[in-house]
This record gives sequence, C-alpha cells and structure tokens, in this order.
Amino acid sequence: MPKDHGIGASSKRREDVRFLTGDGNYTDDINVHGQAYVHFLRSDVAHGRLTSVDTSEAGKMPGVVRIFTGADFEGVGGLPCGWCVTDRHGEPMQEPGHPVLAQGKVRHVGDPIAAVVADTPEQARDAAEAIIADIEEFPAVVDMKAALKEGAPKVHDDLSSNLCYDWGFVEENREAVDKAIQEAAHVTTLELVNQRLVANPMEPRVAIGEYSRARDEHTLYTTSQNPHVIRLLMGAFVLGIPEHKLRVVAPDVGGGFGSKIFHYAEEAFCTFAAKAVNRPVKWTSSRSEAFMTDAHGRDHVTKIELALDADNNFTALRTDTHANMGAYLSTFAPSVPTWLHGTLMAGNYRTPLIYVNVKAVFTNTVPVDAYRGAGRPEATYQLERVIDKAARELGVDPIALRRQNFVTEFPYATPVAVEYDTGDYNATMDKLEEIADLKGFAARRKESEARGRLRGLGVNCYIEACGIAPSNLVGQLGARAGLYESATVRVNATGGLVVMTGSHSHGQGHETSFAQVVADMIGIDENMVDIVHGDTANTPMGMGTYGSRSIAVGGSAMVRATEKIIAKAKKIAAHLLEASDADIELKDGAFTVAGTDKSVAWGDVTLAAYVPHNYPLEDIEPGLEETAFYDPANFTYPAGAYACEVELDPETGKVTVERFAAADDFGNIINPMIVDGQVHGGIGQGIGQALLESCAYDENGQLLSASYMDYAMPRADDVPFYSVDHSCSTPCTHNPLGVKGCGEAGAIGSPPAVVNAVIDAMQSGGHKVDHIDMPVSPSRVWTAMNG
Amino acid sequence: MPQVSMTVNGKPASGEAEGRTLLSQFLRETLGLTGTHVGCDTSQCGACVVHVDGKAVKACTMFALEAEGADVATIEGQAAPDGTLNPIQQAFQDHHGLQCGFCTPGMVMSAAALLKENPKPSEAEIRDYLEGNLCRCTGYHNIVKAIMAASGQDVGALAAE
Ligand code: FES
Ligand code: FES
Repeated sequence: MPKDHGIGASSKRREDVRFLTGDGNYTDDINVHGQAYVHFLRSDVAHGRLTSVDTSEAGKMPGVVRIFTGADFEGVGGLPCGWCVTDRHGEPMQEPGHPVLAQGKVRHVGDPIAAVVADTPEQARDAAEAIIADIEEFPAVVDMKAALKEGAPKVHDDLSSNLCYDWGFVEENREAVDKAIQEAAHVTTLELVNQRLVANPMEPRVAIGEYSRARDEHTLYTTSQNPHVIRLLMGAFVLGIPEHKLRVVAPDVGGGFGSKIFHYAEEAFCTFAAKAVNRPVKWTSSRSEAFMTDAHGRDHVTKIELALDADNNFTALRTDTHANMGAYLSTFAPSVPTWLHGTLMAGNYRTPLIYVNVKAVFTNTVPVDAYRGAGRPEATYQLERVIDKAARELGVDPIALRRQNFVTEFPYATPVAVEYDTGDYNATMDKLEEIADLKGFAARRKESEARGRLRGLGVNCYIEACGIAPSNLVGQLGARAGLYESATVRVNATGGLVVMTGSHSHGQGHETSFAQVVADMIGIDENMVDIVHGDTANTPMGMGTYGSRSIAVGGSAMVRATEKIIAKAKKIAAHLLEASDADIELKDGAFTVAGTDKSVAWGDVTLAAYVPHNYPLEDIEPGLEETAFYDPANFTYPAGAYACEVELDPETGKVTVERFAAADDFGNIINPMIVDGQVHGGIGQGIGQALLESCAYDENGQLLSASYMDYAMPRADDVPFYSVDHSCSTPCTHNPLGVKGCGEAGAIGSPPAVVNAVIDAMQSGGHKVDHIDMPVSPSRVWTAMNG
Repeated sequence: MPQVSMTVNGKPASGEAEGRTLLSQFLRETLGLTGTHVGCDTSQCGACVVHVDGKAVKACTMFALEAEGADVATIEGQAAPDGTLNPIQQAFQDHHGLQCGFCTPGMVMSAAALLKENPKPSEAEIRDYLEGNLCRCTGYHNIVKAIMAASGQDVGALAAE
C-alpha cells in the first residue's frame, strides 16, 4: 500500500500553488525602490587586447548614471576558483586571474568589457552601444589539442601554456595498467567526444545589488543554488565584505542544473556598483547573454581502452581525456573532470586496474563547469559505450557481459579511491528487463522493419557518487570549501515548526519533501512544518544544492536537528508526566510513558517550552530550537540500469526515441512522485544531449549556437513517456535516512543508452558502424550509414 | 510616451509604453503581473504565453501598443477568486507537471488554449501542440500526463509507466 503521508508518501507539492497562479517570487520579479539597470558591453571577439575603451559619448547619453570599465576594478579581487587540483607531478594547477570586468585582454566572446548603469534598461543598452572599444584581435584557440601545441596562442599571457593541469589517477597504477593492457586477451578501444552543452535552466540569471549607506550593509538578490557559498566567495575573495554585512537572497529559482552554483561576475558587479552609485543596481540576463556567460558543461574528448581476459572478465581500463576549461576557471571547474569523473571510472564493475589521465586546457571559449551530473555522465558515457563495443567485438550479449563483471559484494573498494557502501546491480538489471519488456523487443523490431524502419535497443548501467561530500576528504583532494549541510529547527509555542535549511530548492520540491521527513519523525501533520531556504539572513551557513546532495546531506542535518528537538521535548514531557525521560516514547504526535496510558500531546509540550511555568528550569533552558550541521562519512552511490529503444529512418537518418526505461536504486525514498519527476527530467536532458544539443564554436571562437534557434533543446515531441522504477532499494548505510539522492541519475544514465540503441539499429540494418558522436543528428547518422 | 489601455483578467488596465515595449514587459513591469515569464529573446521558449482575445500568444512577440483595446488573460487570472485552482492548474499539481515553475505559466496557458480547440487531445497532439513551450525540468512526461488528465482522460495506466 502506498503511504498517504510522511516518509514514502507522494505528497502533493505545496510550492506548486504559487507557481501555478503566477505568485512565485523569482529574482526578476523583485524590483527595489530606486533601482538602476546595468547593461554589459561584451566582447564580440574571442581573443584580443583591449587597446582603449572610450566611454565619453556614451556617458552623455540620457539616463546614464555611470559607466564602469576594468580600471574601476583594479583594486578589487578577481572571481575565485574553489578547487585546486594537483597534477601528476605533485604541482598545483595553473590558476589564472578572472577579473570582474576585462582588464587588458578579452578571452572569449561574451567577456564583459564595460558596464553601463542607467535609469532604464533601454537607456543602459543604448549607451552601451555607444561605447567605442578598440580591440587588437589575436588568433583564438578553440580546439583543445591545438591549444596544447608548441607556439599556440596563449589565453593567459602570464601562464606557461594553455595547460591547466595534467592529472593522473591513480598515478601509482599507471605502469601496471599499461602492462595489463599489453598482456590482455582482448582490448577494445574507443575514441569519443562528450560534447559541450549549455545547462539552460528556463529562468535566465538575474542579480540585484542593494546597499544601505546608513547601516553599511549589502544585499544581493541572485539566481543561485547556494546563497551562502556566494556570500562567502564574493564577500571574502572579491569585494572584501564580511558576512555580517552581506546578505544574499536566492528566492524562487527557475532551475539550475549546476549552472547557478557558480559565483559570476555580474553578481559581484551589481553588489559593487550599488555602493559606488548609491542606488540598487539590477541585471537581467537575456537568453543570448546566458549562452555566452552561463558556465557551459561537458566538453571532453576521450580515448578509452578496456582490457579483457580470455573469459571476458575486465582486467584493466585506461582513459585519456582532454577537458575544456574555457577561458577562465569557473568556481568548481577543475574538480569536474578529475574527482567527479576519475573516481567513477570503475562504474558498476570489478575492474582491478584503472588509470585515468586528464589534461585540462584553456581555450578562448566560455568557462566550462558542472552541469547536471558533472563528470559522472562523462565517466558513464565512455565506460558504457566501450563495454557495448567490446560485447559486439566479442560476439557476446551486452547485458550478460555487464552482469558477469558486476560488483556483487559490498562494501566494495574500487581501484579509484571510493568505497561503494551498498548496491545490487543484478536486481536493478532484472527490474529493467521487466519494465522495459526486453522480451518483447524482437517483435517490436520486426514491426518496425515491416514499416521500413530500423529498430535498436541500448542498455547500460551507471553509478554515481552523490551526497557530496565528506569535507575532510574533499579537502585533501583540493576543495577550498567544506561540504557539510545545516538545518535549524524552530518549534513554535503552539507546536508548528519552521525548518531553516542551508539546502536550496530550485525545482526539487524541498518545501514538501523536507516537511514530510520532520512531520514523520514527530508524528504530526506535514502542514505543521514549514521549510525556509534561500536567504543567508534566516538560514544557517550551508553549502547549497547540487550533486544530488540535498536529502542525503541537508536532509540528514535536518534529521539530526529534529532528533535534538525530540530529545529535549522528551525531557519536558517527562517532567510534565512525572516520569523518567528514558521511559518517554513519541508516537503520532504524543508523548507517552512506556507501558502506561499516561500521555501528553506534542502541542502541550511545545507550549510548556515557551510558557515554562511547570518546567524543569534547573535542568534545561526554555524554548525549543536546535541547529545541526551534518558532514557525511562517505558519498552515496545511487546506481541503476537504463534501456532505450530507438527507431531509425534509414532514408533520412532521423532517430526517434520510442521507449525509455530506468530502474534506479536510490536507497530509501521520501516522496516517490518527486523522485519520478527528477528521473524524468534527467532523462529528458540526457536524450537532449544524445540527439539534439550541441554548443558549437567556429575556429575563430565565435559562438555559433547562441540562441534557441541554433541550440536545439528537447521539446515535448522529441521524447516519449518514460518508464521509471525505484523499487530496488539498498539503503545507504551511513546517513540516518538511508537515502542516496536522485537528482542527477537520469542525466548520467541516459545518453549511453540512446547511443547504444542507435548503434544497434544501424548494425541491425547491416551497417558496420561502431561509434557515432553525440548529438546523433540525422546528418551524422545518414553519413555514418552511407559513408 | 504613448498610453495603452486593455482589459487584463477582466479588469481595465492601462499604462505608458514605448513603441518598443513588448507586451510581456508591459505586463511584468508596468502592471506588476510577474507571473508571465520571459525565458528567451527569440520567441522560442513559450514561458510568456498569455491569451489575447481568446488566443494563445507569446507575449514577447507583440508590442504593448498592439494590445490596445484587447482582452488579455494571464496566469494570475486562472484560479477562482477564492484561490481554487482551475482544472488544468489542479491537474498540474496532482500529476507533478511542474518543478521549478518557470515554464509553468506558459504551459498552463498553452494547455488551456489547446483544450479549448481540442477537448480530448491524444498524447501526440499534446506533444505537437507544446512545440513552442520549453521545459528544462520535467522531461515533459508529467506535463503531457497532466494535460491528458485535465481533459478527463484516464492516466491511471500511465502512472505505472
Ligand atoms: S519569452 Fe516569449 S517565447 Fe521566450
Ligand atoms: S518546471 Fe522548470 S522549466 Fe518547466
């Protein structure tokens, strides 16, 4: 029986009511009295020296308040990078400066040169068009391998080359891996591209800076997934504002998918300018601006080799990746191709020897950072593609080959530094075979063929490391931040609760699911619990939402705080019931003395806490409010198996996804409806990557896909209904809820399933194609089949 | 600046608008109806869909001055005065047809226009009709399902999907 309330119930989302009635409060809906507007003049060339920026005419235009250029930011810090990767030789990565407004050089199309603050957005834009920026154009580097050649133009003149780092992992295994590959019975090699994507949350970024001279206080309203992180990075490293003088508010945020984790120049600019002009300053990104300023995702070029013994056991894996950093290091960029990628290369398999090499490269392109999945989709894609290719080369069933090599005993320490706590990969594969109706595939293929279409089936597994992350571990790996989460639970006198969390919801439905957890623990109605997030002024310091960490880390902090509440409430109840607190039980919102019918209601206890007339004042303080910080002991490891069926029109090369099934193990589930929705959304993005999306540059560094005319987003008619299941559950062993997180799985697990299916379809038509790069567009398919 | 008057959600509304002011901007900035969202600058995302004289229109494709005398309906006018959601809004909540909510006003307004034209659309007809509405969060599954449910179709079998 599905539950109707509490943990495990598909409670309807309370946040929906405001979103469905136009009553949301997104950043662009906020207008601060007296605000001015900023328009950025951005570079239209990819690389060059700024010889002069003449603002004299523009400055005289109507409504202009002030024009800023790089010179105004000379004494101000640059945008910091939050992760330092150490290279194969023990040296720190090369870390260039990242000014708020370009100084000396422009390094990608979209780099901000000047900023006009004016009374209206139109006036700001008109004046920006009147600025004369002289740029001595230099040749641009776009292709990563070309960028590493001797004599290539340097993106940063003060660095020794365009190489950010050359990372080897696990370096000590390098020779053993080489040897195992040399001696293997069979080696499958695959070269592939995980193309550059743009996250494209539907809400473009917005920033509003506000300053109170009288109180010397700054407020920044921003579209962020982690307001506390922005406050710390911007306050401490860019503008020198202590936290108690800086409030960051991220209200309703219209999707993030990683791209709203990072600290962006526009946030620092609006905060800085609001003080400089003594007026609130607002910036709203246009979509075209978003394409050239939001951090991009993926952009890996990889060669992977899988070695197998004569019995088809995996014996070694070697991968070699070039990862594009773009022109500057975005906040967490260096960690994505390394610690979020290399550590996942074992996948669901017992491969004893693994070596991962990653060369991170600067180019004259928009910075690249985490996008839904971040490193883990890149790991999964190459691994699951090479396994499929190996199965084909060896003439074995791809599912059987996977099953044969599955990790089956837990905990399992991989050769790439992580330890999987729980899992049952055969169970999710069994479930997948059932929900995808793999038995019926042959008949469906026949039916397609009768209509002149090819039909293909692609299956793959995935594993991800979520619930990011143990702070001490990531500290050793180069993180410059802790990755705990926090919650304050405030119980009001009449029994209602407010939970203030450091997690941030931008579509995930925390206001509903977090309330389910707390209500369940106490045994009260969910509507008695309110969740507050998104404002540094009324939430404890927390690291925000990304890496599928909210329920696993933020939820755990909330559980810990609620446990403290319950422990104290039991003491109060014991006093009221004249019993020992060890004998008090809390059930369905009432405290009882074990084995008796003596009880006191939740509301009477909370009232006593605030009206402490009859109260153990000598033992405990009045009031009922607790805070907890939770730092996880390990990552969580959601895993699963996905299947995609495509139909391919051999006349046109067009691929349509006919069926998609996902069997996931997320551990325990708080709200199944929300979890389904998270998986659907991830699959939608994964199908988008596999079939449609590509962020393209020409060789001069011009961004070719800078609007929805050129960047193909998945639309409703590009995708089918998905069949998703998360009944295979091996609860996480190290967090109190036994949860693993579900936000990224769909995007991680789905691209290889689609591409494997396309290859299968082509092969079934007699075309000996063993790889095709994403996006699998009709022209690529047609060319692959017709040479 | 020229003045423009129209009816919005059944009430008279007027304000100043430049020649280049878009209807989406006029609704948001001048009338404070921020439920109509702006997700792009190329008329492709559909976050701004409203009804003008009963037809679904992307409010970013029309100048405010062009709406002189028009009857405009926005997301703010869809629920009953007591807050009761209309059947489409309710179906979106019941079937989790929204996550971040940014595309939602446009989706609901498009769905309303579709169901007026075609009271029982098939899955394919819904997907086809939503061609001009982007959603980055839901993968469209629950949006299509919600619209089917709002049109009185049984989506129970889909629930197992
Ligand atoms: S804002 Fe109107 S279609 Fe995107
Ligand atoms: S719900 Fe976020 S874009 Fe549709």
